[in-house]
Order: sequence, then structure tokens, then C-alpha cells
Amino acid sequence: MYNLLSGKEDALLARKPLVSIVSAGLSKFGKRKGMYGREIFAEAVREAFERCPNLNPKQDIEALIVGHMGESFEHQGHTGPTVLDWAGMLPIPAIRIESACASSGVALRCGIFAVLSGMHDVVMVGGVEKMTHRATSDVTEFLAMASDFPFEQWQGMTFPGLYALIATAHMHRYGTTEEQMATVAVKNHRHGALNPKAHMQKEVTLDQVMSSRVIAWPLKLFDCSLITDGASCLILTKPELARKFTDAPVHVIGSGQASDAIGLYEREEFTTLKAAKLAAREAYRMAKVESRDVDIAEVHDCFTIAEIVAYEDLGFCKPGEGGGLVKKGTTTIEGELPVNTSGGLKSKGHPVGATGTAQAYEIYLQLTEQAERRQVKDAEIGLTHNVGGSGATAAVHIYRRG
Amino acid sequence: METIPFTIEQFYKFIGERKLMAVKCRSCATLFVPPKNVCPRCFSTDLEWTKLEEKGRLLTYTVIHVPPKQFQSVAPYAVGIIKLEEGLHLLGMIRGVKPEEIKVGINLIVDFDTDMPSQWPMWPHYFFRPP
Repeated sequence: MYNLLSGKEDALLARKPLVSIVSAGLSKFGKRKGMYGREIFAEAVREAFERCPNLNPKQDIEALIVGHMGESFEHQGHTGPTVLDWAGMLPIPAIRIESACASSGVALRCGIFAVLSGMHDVVMVGGVEKMTHRATSDVTEFLAMASDFPFEQWQGMTFPGLYALIATAHMHRYGTTEEQMATVAVKNHRHGALNPKAHMQKEVTLDQVMSSRVIAWPLKLFDCSLITDGASCLILTKPELARKFTDAPVHVIGSGQASDAIGLYEREEFTTLKAAKLAAREAYRMAKVESRDVDIAEVHDCFTIAEIVAYEDLGFCKPGEGGGLVKKGTTTIEGELPVNTSGGLKSKGHPVGATGTAQAYEIYLQLTEQAERRQVKDAEIGLTHNVGGSGATAAVHIYRRG
Repeated sequence: METIPFTIEQFYKFIGERKLMAVKCRSCATLFVPPKNVCPRCFSTDLEWTKLEEKGRLLTYTVIHVPPKQFQSVAPYAVGIIKLEEGLHLLGMIRGVKPEEIKVGINLIVDFDTDMPSQWPMWPHYFFRPP
């Protein structure tokens, strides 16, 4: 936990937050049969407005920045104005961001730009994806578009396949085991079972994970996150305006983003995501906190190995020790550093464009004591880690209780 | 003299001629695949194509059981990343060896399947196999 006697508080308080989150919304995640993406987005927006009665949606919100990965899913491009209209927010500017699975993590960062630039006082950032109405083979193909076409997809590579390459390399180099990876799934499903908005609110056993069918060896079905429909949003404002809208804002105090080669194969190392490490370094520096100051984190567990690599890239442990960290129980909801209390992408679900701001939504709930059955006590500093593709984009944000 | 373009299309043209080619920077000697119009290390545009040895060592691999539609008839199949003798990495399908016999570190060579697909992108395939 963040220790007020650590001597860091002066630096923290001296540092003005980048922006403040004054409200947040999340649709129910799951198979939203009969619902269009834009309708699901409107559901998330409605919650954000209901949480914040001091805010006048028609007057206060000045722009929408929305993350959305694939027009293939609903045969629908031009996402910005479409979802804006269905949320009842015409005619303010709407900007769609596409950074694969990091679309809304990057949208959040763009929202920070919009407010910090002075162009806007209050903006909404969010994300949406509607996926479950398509056949799994179609979803596999659409998601693979976030990888390199000529040198990965053309060779028969799939998205789980890319993370399987990371897993094999991690196992070979560090002795990480399939059981350690399975432990991530067990943990996140246990957390997700406490989240009424999670897609799969069901615990799973280590045996179930280990004996599930192989998708891309060494990754099995229960190592993979879920194909999910969902939407999320946050309302951001200048820190000095935050109290006008709420007594309990959450401040964003650090934002980092970096890029890497689109092709996993081009990189020097496969056991780490360099873009995530760089993004984390930038976010920590900006926030003037270190990895050990983080009380709670939502990390991009699109596959179980990705959570293990995330621990290492974020400095929660040394390279190669991620498997041991999850096995020790450090990152469970009762542990020293709870990770993915929402259930993560694994159990809450992964509507790709919505994931980044859905992670921020969980941190917002935790830091404002609204996380109900999965509330972590006295968390001060939160972190989100959102990865696009196999790591060509990464966005890391750090939050402080307001 | 007509310059050969440093494009992905050209890379696959070479594959169709059973040649694995990389781009070499004449200024700093950096080799790179995929081809780019500018050296990623020194930004020089003084480049040339150079033929690679077509031999490498397996760095990591996976066995795909749930493939995209166009690969359904060959699943399950192995895909891996090799480090070529020249130090470059390349990702491709591993054929001619049972998935359970594949190990990180084995030697593989690059081979070619020059059947031309009838639709875009009309690129032939390279793949890896034991020597």
C-alpha cells in the first residue's frame, strides 16, 4: 500500500494531476444478443451520467474520444458520430481512435491531451466493441488484423499464436510453467465471480484450465480472454474543475505510451513487451511514483502469459519471476498487490476497443470505494496497462485517489 | 540501370523465384527484412538486395489448433520464429516434422512453395523444414 510516511507525499502533492476523472460508466459485459455496439455504448454513457448528477450532459461535455478496433465486426465504420448520436450527445466533436486492443487506453491519453491543451474543459473518453454475433473463425481473422499481414497472418499466424510464441519463449528462457499460466486464469476468474458486470462470473479450477482444449500450444482455451460485447467510458476534466462535479474524483497522474514493430518476429526479445516497459517508465516518471508504490493494477491479460509478462514489464517483479509471483498469491484480491480485481480480460471479458477505459473504470471504482464485494482496502495509487496487438502499442496510466 | 524496388511485393517476387532476400544498407551495412525504403538504423536510402543463406535456428514456436479459415485444411500446424545465420528473424510455418518433435534451438532451413494463390495478395509461401 502507498505509505504516507514514505517521504513521497510532498512530490505527489506538488505534482498537479494531468486530469481528473469525475465519473465513469461500464455496460454489462457479455453476449449482448440483439444489441448493437452503439446501443451498448449508450448504456455505459448512461451510467456515467447517472453517477454524476452535477454534470449537465448537454452543456458540459465538449468532445467524445472513443476507441474502437474493427469495423469488420458490425460492418460499420465512422464510429465516432455513430456512438455519439446513440448516446444523445450530438453535435459535439467525436473522434474515433484505433490502436487495436489498446484503442481506448490511447483514447484516454488523447482525452488528456484535449484537456491539457486547454482546448476542452470536459471530455468523454471511452471504447466499444460488439463481437459475439460473429463466428469464432471470423473473430479470429478480424483480431489477427492487429498483427502484421504479410509476415505473420500470411504465414498462418493467429492472435493466440503470437502470445503462444511469447509463452514458449518465456518457458524456455525462465522455466515458466503451463501451471503458472493457468494460475492467472484461476485468479482472474475468482475475481470476476465477484463482478456483476463480468462476462463469465464463474470460478474455474486449475484442472479445468489445464485440461481445456489447445488453441495455440502452449495456450489452451482457458488461457485466452473472452470474445465479449461491451463498452466503457470516463468523464475527464481539469483538476481545478473536478470538485464542481464530484466530491470524489480520481486523478490521472501519469500517462505513458510507446510503440514497437508490428511484427513480433522483428523484435530482439519475445519474453517482454518493450513498448509496455517504455510506456510504464514514462508514466512512473510523470507520476513521480515507483512500481512499489502501486496499490492496485488492471493489466492486459488477453492471454494468461500476458499477465505474467506485464508483472515483469511494470516492475512488479524481476524478469522471469512473473510466474512465481502469481503462484505466491501476491496478486490476488487479498494479496499485497491485487491485479485485475475486475476479473481482467480473462473473466470480465475483452471487447477489444472497450478494454482500456474499462480497466480505468475498475481503478476508478476501487479508488472511490465503489467496488462493492471486490473492494480493496485503502488503495491510493492505481495503474492500468493496456496493450495493442502483440505489443506494437502500449499505454500505461497511473491514478491517485482524489 | 533500373532499381529493384524495396517493397514487400518484391520480397515475395523473390520468394516465387525460390530466393530469400533481405535489404542491405550500403552506408551502415545493416541487413533488414521486411524490406523498407529507408535504413531503419541510419536513415540512408542507399540500399541493395542481398541473398540470405536460408538457414536458421528456431527461437520459439507454437502449434496452431484453431486456425483462420484459409488454413483450416492444414491444422494443426506449427509456426515459429527462426534466427537466420545473418542474425535476422523470420516467422513461418514449420513443415516436415511432427509438432511433438519440435524443440527450441533446432536447426531449420527455408524452403519455398511457389504455388501462386489466385486472389490478392498473390504471394507464394516460404516455410521452414529440417535440413
